[in-house]
Amino acid sequence: MKGEIVVETRGLSMHFGGVVAVDQVDFNLRENELRCLIGPNGAGKSTFFKCLTGQLKPTFGDVVIRDLNVNRAHSHEIAGLGVGIKTQVPNVFEGLSVQENIWLAARRFHPAARARSLVEETLDRVRLTDIRREVVNELSHGQRQWVELGMVISAEPWLVLLDEPAAGMTHDEVLLTAELIREINKTASLIVVEHDMQFIRMIADKVTVFHRGAILIEDTMDVVAADPTVREVYLGHRKK
Amino acid sequence: MNRARENSWLILIGIVGAIFLIGAPQVLELFTIINLTTAIAMALLALSLGLVWGFGGILCFGQSTFFGIGAYAYVVAAINFGGTSWAVVVAILVAAAFAAVLGYFMFYGRVSDVYLGVITLTVSLIFYNLMRRTSGPEYKIGDALLGGFNGINAPPLNVPGNASWILFPEDVFYVAMAALIIGYFGCVWLVRSHFGRVAVAIRENELRAELVGYDVRLQKLLLFAVGGGIAGTAGVLFANGVGRVTPDVFNLYNAALIIIWVIVGGRGTLIGPVLGAFGLFYLISSLGQQTSINNNLVLGVILVVFVLLVPKGIVPTVIDLWDRKRGRRGQFRRHGRRQRRRGSRTAETRHEG
Ligand SMILES: Nc1ncnc2c1ncn2[C@@H]1O[C@H](COP(=O)(O)OP(=O)(O)OP(=O)(O)O)[C@@H](O)[C@H]1O
Ligand SMILES: [Mg+2]
Repeated sequence: MKGEIVVETRGLSMHFGGVVAVDQVDFNLRENELRCLIGPNGAGKSTFFKCLTGQLKPTFGDVVIRDLNVNRAHSHEIAGLGVGIKTQVPNVFEGLSVQENIWLAARRFHPAARARSLVEETLDRVRLTDIRREVVNELSHGQRQWVELGMVISAEPWLVLLDEPAAGMTHDEVLLTAELIREINKTASLIVVEHDMQFIRMIADKVTVFHRGAILIEDTMDVVAADPTVREVYLGHRKK
Repeated sequence: MNRARENSWLILIGIVGAIFLIGAPQVLELFTIINLTTAIAMALLALSLGLVWGFGGILCFGQSTFFGIGAYAYVVAAINFGGTSWAVVVAILVAAAFAAVLGYFMFYGRVSDVYLGVITLTVSLIFYNLMRRTSGPEYKIGDALLGGFNGINAPPLNVPGNASWILFPEDVFYVAMAALIIGYFGCVWLVRSHFGRVAVAIRENELRAELVGYDVRLQKLLLFAVGGGIAGTAGVLFANGVGRVTPDVFNLYNAALIIIWVIVGGRGTLIGPVLGAFGLFYLISSLGQQTSINNNLVLGVILVVFVLLVPKGIVPTVIDLWDRKRGRRGQFRRHGRRQRRRGSRTAETRHEG
């Protein structure tokens, strides 16, 4: 087993009116773990992420990050703990240049000189150095995803949440993203939501399957893939 | 527009401003100079909204509130203190503090953009109506009678520390023009600082700004307070230019005018709103001397034309045209070269001074 538990949810539930998007989830993530989160559309994966990052206040239950109950915390406070998130729909500073986007993230928790060197380092890691001066809203979908990834890693977080980081990428881009994720995992714990099974096989360690807001099964990719219930709910509901 | 070119424009603006500051009183008549002081106050007011709206993305329909509060606070404090030096300080601080309090409720209450516009405008109109009802002798703050819709006479500025040495209108012009230049370059500095870049980031994507760790509510509140302080300073200059403060500073016409200046001059630039205010101020005062066309009609037509045809405003449109022309020429030149340079357009286009 890896290190101590860094993220824990206890009975975490999120209701939207009558819709139960997340239903009493007990979840643990250990230090330096790379966890994949899969599940059919509408299973509640993104909602679960939003509860972890303070974008949504859970209806019931607790979110504990490094022994700190963050139920009432704001998103910027959770970011201040060293948590980085890439959202499902890319959220970037549209009208600003690639390097300005990354600088803004790097500068938040680092002094000016360190932020500058982090920007160089990050541009290199996400392979955007050539287009550093280009405005983000003119880039391809894959490149925008990388800008967002760059913003996440330039802040040097110890916990990284990635919601469908490879969506809309070409095969080559997916390979590079997988490589980048393994590299991030050297210094951070990760939770990655993905639909692309091939991609998950590339990176997966332990896989958690969500179904109707609850955890269906949690095991290695091979066990999960062989599980008949998973095959049924996942393949049966899968739209992508 | 890249940083180097932007800097050379800033130097040019600085030189033109300095020449104007020193030269205008030498060549212009006294009446024109006094009028110019009022125009400068308007330009500073436009600058404050250009900062808050153009860079911070905060659509404030009631920037006139802080302008009017600054003007009234200056006059009331000057009458009570028997001098104007501390009155100026008080006016700026009161305007900024009021913006901070209003901002607290709006930003920490997560009021949406549209409601923010409505609330700020409503506050200005409330002040308009309140101040109009203060005509009796019972409405006074210290020694200052508020005077209802007639307003109060504004004591002219005096030399700091010497209340009996009152400035001449030419001297007031120097003060006003210097305040505009300092305000302008202060804003340029601010939007280039970490704080200003975060303000722009929040304008671009509030959620992302939060997720990378910025307290969006606090950032907006601070920017709003700075904008309020600048508008308050404009109010002080206005009181000096006109010599009188009336509830009209809070009225709907003024509130709308500020927005039109910024739309015409161009959001996302600082010089745009300044030029927009100067241009429209003189357009309206030249129209004021004739009676065949209604001023408000002209303003309305200008607004519609700009919103439909020049939505970015004059300055950004000119920069775009300029860049496109240069870009095309640049491409011709590059064809002859081996290496093709990439990425000439950057975010700095929007940071234009
Ligand atoms: N703000 C909201 N208001 C109401 N219902 C919501 C809201 N956000 C999510 N839901 C509902 O909650 C459920 C879970 O949605 P969520 O986006 O978390 O699913 P997901 O697992 O991320 O799906 P996908 O794979 O399509 O991204 C869905 O039924 C969705 O319609
Ligand atoms: Mg999702």
